[in-house]
Amino acid sequence: MYAGIDIGSRTIGFVALAGDRVLLTALEDTGHEPLDTARKLLNQKYARVVATGYGRHSAKSDFAHDVITEIKAHALGAAYLYPGVRTVLDIGGQDTKVILLNDRGSVTDFQMNDRCSAGTGKFLEVMAGALGYTGVGEFGEEALKGKRGIKISNMCTVFAESEAVSLLHRGAGREDIALALHVSVVERTAGMLQRVGYKTPLVFTGGVANNRCIVTLLAEKLGVEVIVPPQPQLVGALGAALAAATTAAAQ
Amino acid sequence: MSNYSEMWSSLGLNLEAHDQLLKVLPPTYHDVYLTQPNRPKNMEYFDFVVNEIHGLRIQELQEHKKAGGKVIGAFCVFVPEEIVRAAGGICIGLCSGIDIGTAEAEQVLPRNICPLIKSFMGFKLAKICPYFESCDLVVGETTCDGKKKAFEILNDYVPVHVMETPQMKKGRDRDLWLEEVKDFARLVEETTGNQISAATLARSINEVNGKRRALRRLADLRKCDPAPISGKDSLLIEQIAMYDDVERFTARVNQLCDELEQRVQAGEGVFPAKTPRVIVTGTPMAIPNWKVPHIIETSGAVIVAEELCTGLRYFENEVAEDATGLDNMLENVAARYMGINCAVFTPNPGRLEKLVQLVKEYNAGGVIHCTLSFCDPYAVEANRVEKMLKQEGIPLLKIETGYDQEDAGQLKTRIEAFVEMLK
Ligand code: SF4
Ligand code: SF4
Repeated sequence: MYAGIDIGSRTIGFVALAGDRVLLTALEDTGHEPLDTARKLLNQKYARVVATGYGRHSAKSDFAHDVITEIKAHALGAAYLYPGVRTVLDIGGQDTKVILLNDRGSVTDFQMNDRCSAGTGKFLEVMAGALGYTGVGEFGEEALKGKRGIKISNMCTVFAESEAVSLLHRGAGREDIALALHVSVVERTAGMLQRVGYKTPLVFTGGVANNRCIVTLLAEKLGVEVIVPPQPQLVGALGAALAAATTAAAQ
Repeated sequence: MSNYSEMWSSLGLNLEAHDQLLKVLPPTYHDVYLTQPNRPKNMEYFDFVVNEIHGLRIQELQEHKKAGGKVIGAFCVFVPEEIVRAAGGICIGLCSGIDIGTAEAEQVLPRNICPLIKSFMGFKLAKICPYFESCDLVVGETTCDGKKKAFEILNDYVPVHVMETPQMKKGRDRDLWLEEVKDFARLVEETTGNQISAATLARSINEVNGKRRALRRLADLRKCDPAPISGKDSLLIEQIAMYDDVERFTARVNQLCDELEQRVQAGEGVFPAKTPRVIVTGTPMAIPNWKVPHIIETSGAVIVAEELCTGLRYFENEVAEDATGLDNMLENVAARYMGINCAVFTPNPGRLEKLVQLVKEYNAGGVIHCTLSFCDPYAVEANRVEKMLKQEGIPLLKIETGYDQEDAGQLKTRIEAFVEMLK
């Protein structure tokens, strides 16, 4: 059995494989002790453990046999689920990545957002809080009901937050502001995809792929199908597990 | 480091700020350099030089000055060292590779300016750099706008002579540059009180060419797989080249190359054979800026060449030694410098062609383009580099970063992913 673990800034994803069959999956909040959480998930003996995510290197000095980047992990995971995928869009808690694959499933190019959190899961979380939604889920569902017309001009999380709050005070509809915020994330993401020269099929992974509003708007904006796997947050862990299985096979 | 406090205070350094700098350096150096596997034994000398960076070498400069010699500082590889040496002076590069004196620098400079410019201003204003304080004359140039205008400000604190470096490489630009070189020679004669003769210039041309040849020998050895020396160590040597004693440095580099030749023969290297090989290109990495090379070489790749001013651009062409008269010699000097492929030139096809050639010669899998934040010439030229490399099917990673460590985690992910792609 092989395990892949994706230690992200918000969640830890875990996938165990037997051969190339998925046996177990789990998703936990990262919490304050990511390595403890990770160790608990790995409560069995695995022939090989590969870690990915921002915590990959501390995992390697602890329990993992090897590490791969999130970029490779998402590419492997997405190509396993959707053979022939040419672009992976991954929006997680802290960053946005666009990964291009060739027809053999190898990464040929990638882009990451710069240092700030604009357009990431963090951005949506802050905005949901600013508008008084209980969580990102509700935020996305409500945004789908919003009317177009408002435009958020700031991409910076801090400025966009005060912009949203002042719109609220001026009497703009909460759902409409929510929609406008989603639109701004989608425009930024679409811009990034276009800059890299994305190809279809396009698979959307990471926590933000659970946001139906983002997915719908993005598909509309690009005019292509946006494929979302059943558990988009686990694609990185799946990729790491696949890497564990193949490196083990090669040895 | 032995006790040099007296020397430092006589130079007018701000001892407290200087102490802080000295405290940051050793741990960084230890982590970045001394923990590398399989280092060549002859790196010892260069470790020693770094350890004595503000000690022994400064003492040498002071002794030189006591004996009536002059020290001339430069910020760009366009300043002809041969001329300074021909008049008995010592030419040193003023490094500017660390965030320091930022508060002082920001009193006179805009906040959003390249960290290299901010750094040299900070060094001067906060009185932290003993090299700066040892200079009798500082030489600037009109390469990029930021530097050009910053020299006006710097001139309030230390006399700055600005050389007009052209923006194009046409006949009239070469003529202009030759005039600038001649003016510089006259100024150096005035400053040092020594005449430059055909004999002294011929000798210094030969010595500086000797340094370049030694560095090229080192570069050539890095074409081998496994690489006999790390990119970080090579960069360090190239950085030290700018302030160490020319003859001693040349001898030590050659000695190191002897050792590397043996390694190559024995098939030994710093990393295993078939480690992904990359070429670094972009803005100069002034000492102690080792940020990106360190991330690259701890992410499973080896740097085999630096298309940088702290790298190949510094030593790739020699001054022709076929002239006899002083005038012809100065022409040869000027011509050598016009061969530098700096991004301030438009157009700058030489740099692009060079990169493609290097990738083949050094058998590199990809190129990492590093631009300092707010460095327009290189940030904009990155587009030309990208276009050319795409055409040639050479993988490229573009990075823009400053001297701070805030983005280190993200850079690591991007660089590791790039290396995974090359495997
Ligand atoms: S990059 Fe250009 S301006 Fe800077 S040191 Fe090199 S030649 Fe001079
Ligand atoms: S790094 Fe760029 S902006 Fe800074 S001094 Fe050099 S050329 Fe100018």
